[in-house]
Amino acid sequence: MNRVLWLWGILFALWLPLSNHFEPLFIGFGLATCTIAVVVGARMGIVDRESVPVHLVWRGIRYVPWLVWEIFKSNVRVARIILAPRVRVDPSIVHFEASQKTDLGRFIYANSITLTPGTVTTGIVGDDFEVHAIVQEEIDGSEENDMNRRVAVLEGEGG
Amino acid sequence: MDQVLSVLTWALLLSGAFFLVTGALGMVRLPDVFTRMHAAGMADTMGAGLILAGLCLYSGANLVTVRLVLILAFLWFTSPIATHALAKAALSGGTEPYTLGAGTDGEGEGGGAP
Amino acid sequence: MFAVTAAALLVAMCLAMCRALLGPTAYDRVLALNNIGTKTVVLIAVLGFLNGRPDFLDLALAYALINFIGTIAVLKYIEYGDLGTSGGSRRRKAMEMEP
Repeated sequence: MNRVLWLWGILFALWLPLSNHFEPLFIGFGLATCTIAVVVGARMGIVDRESVPVHLVWRGIRYVPWLVWEIFKSNVRVARIILAPRVRVDPSIVHFEASQKTDLGRFIYANSITLTPGTVTTGIVGDDFEVHAIVQEEIDGSEENDMNRRVAVLEGEGG
Repeated sequence: MDQVLSVLTWALLLSGAFFLVTGALGMVRLPDVFTRMHAAGMADTMGAGLILAGLCLYSGANLVTVRLVLILAFLWFTSPIATHALAKAALSGGTEPYTLGAGTDGEGEGGGAP
Repeated sequence: MFAVTAAALLVAMCLAMCRALLGPTAYDRVLALNNIGTKTVVLIAVLGFLNGRPDFLDLALAYALINFIGTIAVLKYIEYGDLGTSGGSRRRKAMEMEP
């Protein structure tokens, strides 16, 4: 129930800046639209831990700046590869085990890997991640382990 | 204060443009579709991110900034999913990933690998 | 300064367009297409500021979503040959064929 209220609040907070009209009529439309959407979603049973992960917000606020910094660093590395006079790449596909317990955690980890240039998740079966890296060093450094650990902390206890 | 803001906006926009052009250059130079994905990812993350951050700084605290942040959030949520779908489709479609020893069709490689 | 950024965006789009025209496989072309779409989103935002009318941002927002859906749709079309079948339906059909 709490989660339904959260979803309603998020949707309405999205509506206000996007509509940019603050007359009572338009705010009324927004209230009605959000309510209908949330009621339909709740009746379909799709408002759960996975679709509205508000329990991750506080830990996510600490994760996102770290992720942005990682993205910046690997961008610089890939830019150096591209701008070198001779392009010298050594791509490879590696498999490794991820330590997340929930599908949501795996989703966040896989997307973080893909969002970082230099590594792309090409497939996931259970815990087994298949990752394509532009150069070997991108993947077997300690940074992937660091990211793995941080996402495991982010998803918290259990599911 | 205005001076500092303006210089910062310039710096963000120009570095964003640099990453965009570098990523696009990488899409032309790199040898196969998987390595080009990494270059495209550069333009999606840092290129778009820095330019939109510069625009946020320029517009100040108002609803325009909220929209810019929303655009950036959508881009950063959807781009890895699209890249992953592309990588998976390319693998299942039978595209062989380029490896250092195998081919010499890479533009920068040309058989000059050590 | 927005003009410089817009020019850089256009140069980057031209390079991506080269890849879309050259690309040996269909996946190269889809990648270039997706990339041009992303740059279009940023270009719309920058052009809004260049003209002093940031109202264009709503268009950029919508375009970001359309670009994503379009990429997924094209990939699905390449992979399955039509947009009607769902990913699992072929397998289900094959499973139903088995006694």
